[in-house]
Amino acid sequence: MIRLVLRDLALAVRAGGGFGLGLAFFLIVVVLVPFAVGPETARLTAIAPGILWLGALLACLLSLDRIFALDYEDGTLDLLACAPIPLEGVAVAKALAHWLTTGLPLTLAAPVLGIFLNLPAGGFGWLVVSLALGTPALSVIGAFGAALTVGLRRGGLLLSLLVLPLYVPTLIFGAEVARRGAEGLAVQGPLLLLAGVTAGALALLPFAAAAALRINLR
Amino acid sequence: MSLWEYANPARFMGLSAKVLPVVAGLSLLCLGVGLVWGFFFTPDDYRQGATVKIIYLHVPSAMMAINAWVMMLVASLIWLIRRHHVSALAARAAAPVGMVMTLIALATGAIWGQPMWGTWWAWDPRLTSFLILFLFYLGYVALWEAIEDPDTAADLTAVLCLVGSVFAVLSRYAVNFWNQGLHQGASLSLDKEENVSDVFWLPLVVCIAGFVLLFLALVLVRTRTEIRARRLHALRLRARMG
Repeated sequence: MIRLVLRDLALAVRAGGGFGLGLAFFLIVVVLVPFAVGPETARLTAIAPGILWLGALLACLLSLDRIFALDYEDGTLDLLACAPIPLEGVAVAKALAHWLTTGLPLTLAAPVLGIFLNLPAGGFGWLVVSLALGTPALSVIGAFGAALTVGLRRGGLLLSLLVLPLYVPTLIFGAEVARRGAEGLAVQGPLLLLAGVTAGALALLPFAAAAALRINLR
Repeated sequence: MSLWEYANPARFMGLSAKVLPVVAGLSLLCLGVGLVWGFFFTPDDYRQGATVKIIYLHVPSAMMAINAWVMMLVASLIWLIRRHHVSALAARAAAPVGMVMTLIALATGAIWGQPMWGTWWAWDPRLTSFLILFLFYLGYVALWEAIEDPDTAADLTAVLCLVGSVFAVLSRYAVNFWNQGLHQGASLSLDKEENVSDVFWLPLVVCIAGFVLLFLALVLVRTRTEIRARRLHALRLRARMG
């Protein structure tokens, strides 16, 4: 499993792996927002946590179809299905690799982009915490969606449509943590719920993803 | 005789051919009586005026929107566990019907909300969770349409239905977090005291029965069409082989 994660990381970082794509998209979304809503600092401060979360979520969505599609096309996925590790483990490894190449960089980049949106000083810590807690859920939900649509030639749009409603609870709780953190309110409630969503998704969705992969590999 | 006998498509077709006209007829009767009674023979509410009458469309369609998903969940489980094709086809048949019910509930709610709340739309927990339910229906139907192999499609949509149900419930309670309910609580209940006067309640019950029967009839028609389409496909393949 560790070798699989390392292999995916190596593939992502090398040329054409699309490693920087999510980050670049995140940057574009955040930089374009002030042009769209106007540069008043008070307004930007009010929407900053939500925009940062939304940008991170969309950037995550962008790279989802890479999780299984390339391996499906060149037959690696068939080999992995025959390999002596369970398919559930493959799903976890793939989701972990996706998180390391997308969720983690996004989490680390978010405070820098927060400066552009005039995020209050108290909000940076909670923003990073909420993204660090929430993006693993985004990756593992995305891996499930990617497993569902892996057999389709043009599954990208369908994948977004399937994953969108599944992302709603994570987005609500994550953005709520970031907002309350920025406004200096107590964050415990949504933070625990966000952690609950992530823990539940991590525990259950690899099984669903593996089931979908098995059906698609039949 | 057990229920599973009707998992055989031939038996299902035989039974549903007899049941369908009855269900469809009763549904038309209930809807006709309920809607005409509700629209023309009930008094206006003293504060809401005539707008109260949209309840006869809004409440039954909203109930069916949720119940259709539950029915799809049960049918998907039966398909995954016992591999009865009719069950998978029934789940497929119910999805667009449920989606339209969701749309009717959202649209009638907006039409009622405009004069009553002063807005077409509010990010109220109930409204938002219905919008999310609509997205789930959309994704489910799109996945069915996208996959060519029927068994693969049935399996994948069944998995999606199971996962989606968990997330739909989760979203329902997640949106409660915003704490700004504009939508009133439940007015109807089986065990508590009724909040709705009998004058409105009786036609409403008739309408609900009509919507349940209408849903049944539509699902039966669509399942039968689907089975016939499969048979046609099989016959064509056989003709090409021979």
